[in-house]
Amino acid sequence: MLSAEEWEILRLSLKVSLAAVGLSLPLAFGLAWLLARGRFPGKVVLDALVHLPLVLPPVVTGWLLLIAFGPSGPAGRFFAHWFGLVFMFRWTGAALAAAIMALPLMVRAMRLSIEAVDRRLEGAARTLGASPWRAFWSVTLPLSLPGVVAGAVLGFARSIGEFGATITFVSNIPGETRTLPLAIYSALQIPGREAQVTRLAILSVLVSLAALILSEWLARRRKGAGHVL
Amino acid sequence: MSFEIDVKKRLGDAQIAVRFSADAGITALFGPSGAGKSSILNMVAGLLRPDEGRIVVDGTSLFDSAAGIDLPPNKRRLGYVFQDGRLFPHKKVRANLLYGYELADDGDRWMGLDEAVDFLGIGHLLDRWPATLSGGEAQRVAIGRALLSGPRFLLMDEPLSSLDRARREEIMVVIERIRDEMKLPILYVSHDRDEIARLAGTVVEI
Repeated sequence: MLSAEEWEILRLSLKVSLAAVGLSLPLAFGLAWLLARGRFPGKVVLDALVHLPLVLPPVVTGWLLLIAFGPSGPAGRFFAHWFGLVFMFRWTGAALAAAIMALPLMVRAMRLSIEAVDRRLEGAARTLGASPWRAFWSVTLPLSLPGVVAGAVLGFARSIGEFGATITFVSNIPGETRTLPLAIYSALQIPGREAQVTRLAILSVLVSLAALILSEWLARRRKGAGHVL
Repeated sequence: MSFEIDVKKRLGDAQIAVRFSADAGITALFGPSGAGKSSILNMVAGLLRPDEGRIVVDGTSLFDSAAGIDLPPNKRRLGYVFQDGRLFPHKKVRANLLYGYELADDGDRWMGLDEAVDFLGIGHLLDRWPATLSGGEAQRVAIGRALLSGPRFLLMDEPLSSLDRARREEIMVVIERIRDEMKLPILYVSHDRDEIARLAGTVVEI
């Protein structure tokens, strides 16, 4: 069915996307929380910044990442120095690019579900002896979980499909940054690779479909949570 | 004195200013909708901060702007029964009942689950989801949840208003028993004269 090379591409794609979602999940939830509940000057600016990757040409996002996270960029130097983490031309960079591109979708889904939580239930929890933290963990978070799951699935699907920012930031290196879309693009450049293109395209469909089915299953396991999508 | 309350709060264009003290039993806050009765309960609960004033329950200061006292809701040891029950929709009845019980300090609890379930007649509801309960059932569970958290006093915000006549009578009997057998001071909001005449010892017009 799949060649060793294609298995490698699939494995890399899953690794990059899972890392991207894992990396951005807490950040996305924190941002969603700030945007849903926070009242502070500059909220409009933060909202716009979060949504920027959604509206910018991906190649511009990739270029900005190159400037910030490249070896001489401020963020790049910071991570290299303190964590020994290098992004450029590495799978970690592909994960970073995917995370940035997925962030707006994740924040939107989570923000909606946080806004939908009845805050009076948190008040009820407080009168029953819950600290603000306890009320968050036992009431707000479980009630907004469908949105968190939906956000994670959307983010994962977006990460699997990420192309423009990735190829700009970390190039198209087999085994390191050549994820499914980049592999399809590469195969399209070479005459006679149509069969591989077809197989990789079908693979993309199957991975995305599996993510959607998994999220529906997760949503159904939770009583009363309803549909994710 | 069970309740000594003297608070001021500006909410939008409305100015709430109320001052009263009341003995044990049920103290009713009576007045038209929109007069700020629920806001007063929320101030006593700690969910809404008065601009200034004092809230003392059974000799304990819960709020005192002059002395800089403002206990958070979870330190006030109260039980709040809301108009709509306000049960946690993601927890079954048993978990709703035990929510405050499990958060209370050992010495603060004065009622166990079995006792509360018998008192309210809700044994058959323990494994149900709140969404499947009738209004009267939900209100019984809400009262049980409040009692099990080991409160020193109760706040009730129109607990009967969403119920039909027969259910009203049932819950009213429960409230009378809480007043007479458990001797809990209750601050009770309503706009129903008959209800107040039957339950309350003190009436505060808002």
